Amino acid sequence: MSDDHVYLSLAEGHDEGGDARWAFGTGFEDPLHGVDTAVPAGVDATELAATCLALGDDALVSAQRLAEWTTRAPELEEEVALANIGLDLLGQARLLYARCGQVDGSGRGEDAYAYLRDADDFRNVRLAELPGGDFAFSIVRLLVLSSWRLAHFERLAASPDPVLSAVAAKGVKELTYHRQYAADWAVRLGDGTPESHRRMRAALHQVGPYLGELFTAYDVRDEVVAVLAQVTEAAGLPMPAWRPTPGAGREGGHTEHLAPLLAELQGVARAHPGAVW
Amino acid sequence: MVTVPTMPTDVLRARHVAEQVPDPELPMLTLADLGVLRGVEITGDGRVVASLTPTYSGCPAMAEMRADVAGRLRAAGFERVEIRTVLDPPWTTDWITAAGRRKLAEHGIAPPGPAPRPAPGPVPLVLAATRRTVACPRCGSADTEETSRFAATSCKALWRCRACREPFEYVKEI
Repeated sequence: MSDDHVYLSLAEGHDEGGDARWAFGTGFEDPLHGVDTAVPAGVDATELAATCLALGDDALVSAQRLAEWTTRAPELEEEVALANIGLDLLGQARLLYARCGQVDGSGRGEDAYAYLRDADDFRNVRLAELPGGDFAFSIVRLLVLSSWRLAHFERLAASPDPVLSAVAAKGVKELTYHRQYAADWAVRLGDGTPESHRRMRAALHQVGPYLGELFTAYDVRDEVVAVLAQVTEAAGLPMPAWRPTPGAGREGGHTEHLAPLLAELQGVARAHPGAVW
Repeated sequence: MVTVPTMPTDVLRARHVAEQVPDPELPMLTLADLGVLRGVEITGDGRVVASLTPTYSGCPAMAEMRADVAGRLRAAGFERVEIRTVLDPPWTTDWITAAGRRKLAEHGIAPPGPAPRPAPGPVPLVLAATRRTVACPRCGSADTEETSRFAATSCKALWRCRACREPFEYVKEI
């Protein structure tokens, strides 16, 4: 090594393409770099932006909760799996935020959405922000959210907006893997030991109050319920009881758990605005 | 607008340069082998436009690929280079070329089978680890099993061979 500073040494010989690959912190390159960004005639830009924001927020908050399993998952393979799923969702969030900034009139970049908004401005469903807690709860939540997102993305693949349509079509392939992972674990735990069964039951009971929130705006309820019924039956578990509850993440009403999650996610970006290293 | 007549040989040369760029995560493959280089054109005003598509939405190698392709093209004498991201149609492992599959196997990574067609309906719930037959890239045995559907990069799964007892990576179909 020609330099005492290990990172400078690593960077040697990598200068031919500029610094894009060395962006840490904020200042990543636009994930929609070079994509045609025009909004087609007949598409309601406000509605499109709201859809991108809600789906981006679900993905970002879910990715953060999944990343919390790193170093704590039951086995290394599960840690890798949960981190991979989170990475896919983070990629989806970046694309959706970038699209949102193009169509909501603000011209904001992805960082502004991820780092510079308060909890009240987030539009994710509350289920995504609940603390990870038990592995069984994380599996049940992943099963519910990936089933819903997959069903919704399958419809959005036919969106008149070419960018949202492409993001959704790509996401469908990833979400199929996510749902499969969660479904396999749900059966294994539900049909496993008395202890794993008990924890799965408790987790299903816990998600019940948050299910209704997923089905307010989008017509995928029957499909998602069918998936949950199939998986819970195979796992020997009861369907979660649906209980309507007040408040809605889609309108900015969140649990007390979102603000601390964002404090951790946004801390460095807010303490050192625009920092790149 | 100034139009510069483009020489077909320039397009071929630019295409050749871009096609030879190695993938940052699977350096035995070129971006052409992997199927992420979707096209190289020269515009009427003389810009080289290379189109790339990400493998997975969260693939952290995209910025690296963009920088590598632009850098190689500039080094080859093309001054005005533009990299476009193409999201549609989404990347599929079916686009990995025959040469790419051979190189993967030679490096101990099992190449993917045909990508699954989207099939609405029930979630396939099978608890047995093995869902498809993957030949061991070391000894060729079909007596293999999946240990994890997720691995060190988004595009791979972890498998092991019960015949030669070696673990190996497998590029999973998408």
